Amino acid sequence: MEQTNFVYNLIGNNIFAFIIVAVLPMFFLLPYALVAILGELKISAWIQERVGPMRTGWKGVLQPLAEVVKLLQKEDITPAAVNKPLFNLAPFVMFAGAYAAYAVIPFSSQFIPSGINIGLFYVFAVSAFGVIAIVMGGWASNNKYSLLGAMRAAAQMISYEIPIAIAILSIATLAGSLDMQTIIIKQGGGFWNWNLFGGPGSFEKIWVIPFTLTLFVIYFVGSLAETNRIPFDIPEGESEIVAGYHTEYSGMKFAMFFFAEYSNMFIVSAVITVLFLGGWQSPLGDILNGPIWQSLWFIGKSMLFVFLQIWIRWTLPRLRVDQLMYVTWKVMLPISFVAFFAVALWAMISR
Amino acid sequence: MDYFKDIYTSLYSIFVGLKITGSHLFEKKVTLQYPERDHPLRDGTMPMNARNRLYVDMERCDGCGTCARACPVNCIDVELVKVTPGDVIPMFYDGTPRKTWVTKYNIDFAKCCFCSLCTEACPTDAVQMTPVFEYSEYDRKNLLYKMASLSPEEAELKKQMWARYSTEKKKADAEAKAKTEAEAKAKADAVAKVEPVVEVVSKDPEDENSDCDRA
Repeated sequence: MEQTNFVYNLIGNNIFAFIIVAVLPMFFLLPYALVAILGELKISAWIQERVGPMRTGWKGVLQPLAEVVKLLQKEDITPAAVNKPLFNLAPFVMFAGAYAAYAVIPFSSQFIPSGINIGLFYVFAVSAFGVIAIVMGGWASNNKYSLLGAMRAAAQMISYEIPIAIAILSIATLAGSLDMQTIIIKQGGGFWNWNLFGGPGSFEKIWVIPFTLTLFVIYFVGSLAETNRIPFDIPEGESEIVAGYHTEYSGMKFAMFFFAEYSNMFIVSAVITVLFLGGWQSPLGDILNGPIWQSLWFIGKSMLFVFLQIWIRWTLPRLRVDQLMYVTWKVMLPISFVAFFAVALWAMISR
Repeated sequence: MDYFKDIYTSLYSIFVGLKITGSHLFEKKVTLQYPERDHPLRDGTMPMNARNRLYVDMERCDGCGTCARACPVNCIDVELVKVTPGDVIPMFYDGTPRKTWVTKYNIDFAKCCFCSLCTEACPTDAVQMTPVFEYSEYDRKNLLYKMASLSPEEAELKKQMWARYSTEKKKADAEAKAKTEAEAKAKADAVAKVEPVVEVVSKDPEDENSDCDRA
């Protein structure tokens, strides 16, 4: 489809435009990370009927800034026994993977950093960078707990990518495209046209709604596992393997792991928004559907899922490894197959 | 089938859990923003035997130093000086005159371990526990509480007065002693010439106590 990007419209198709487009998500990501860290602190506090940070700024809103400054000025320790090149490279790989996925996140109908036609596949591919980085960091740390965490991460992420892949595949079948913008545009016209509710179609689509809802749940659970959030934070279980793969990291390198985790949280939320909740489409059809409103809708929907992830984190306990494997291989995988067939059947009939 | 039942149960319990935590999200917070808001113990509900900041009623204290000796961490420092005859006579709270000025009564709350042994040791109930518990300071020196009712200048004055008086008295005493000794010697010399002294030792057992006392 035609690529629409307001930066190219403004200053033309030159190198400066490419650079601006490449760094624009960063200008979103940095404030988002601060908001997410504050949200994590505040929501955890509120759930536990505490008030959370209150001393830094008004009601503690500057607390994430203080934490970032603290991490920046901490000593950057590289233990003597580590494999130095790998150890130093791992945080960068982690962050590169997390940031690379922003290339295809459509913030608005007028802005997508790179409108490639295999956007979903790309997101799915670069999110696997995280596994490499975790295994790298865990191996290079030369520490049995870190290695254990890295191996758990690898096992978990590889397991969970399969149901996620099938969920993505189902939506791609339903929308007939792997392009983010195409998938979103097909869901236009109101919230009843979202893929969560079976996508656009006549009244007969009602029988496919349970299957798309199932896929939605499967994708959401899988995305929790992919971002190592509770209840799937087995790779970094503090009480089991002392923070797993980032035990040996400190200062800026730890901050990059931390930052990448929050960045990943947004990416999976953004993808779930694109796949199931109509991306930047307004839930009311054409009302409030201008380019600025679209980015607000998109970020709002994604932040809703970030909030849901935080909420779940402070609700559920951590799973055991065998429970985790049971959930992915014996529950999510067969059910996602069934849902995939049902959705594919519907896509075939309705076309 | 157990399989689907398990899936249903797990999803259901997740929603129950989310509902519970979600309802706590909007409940009233239990945290007290302590230095800004009132502490619940500030309004006089401090328990009777609570051990907090000490207070010394200098109108009761006679500077005996029992508290300083009872203190296991040596945080009390008492110094006293006798009242010079002719000076203003200090009074206790009930109007009885006392014989000493307490020139120094320092409690170092940086050291205090709040054992309350001083309040129990005090014979006049001058050392007491108060309900005050918020007195932290930025400088450790500010935790040295000077309880003495005399100002340092006054205390110095009283000390000097006593020192002057005592040196004079010592001198006078020495003179008087020399005089009396000389007189006694002269008298003894005179008596020795007259007759020897006969000592009488009592055999009565009831008198042994008095012997002990004398000893």
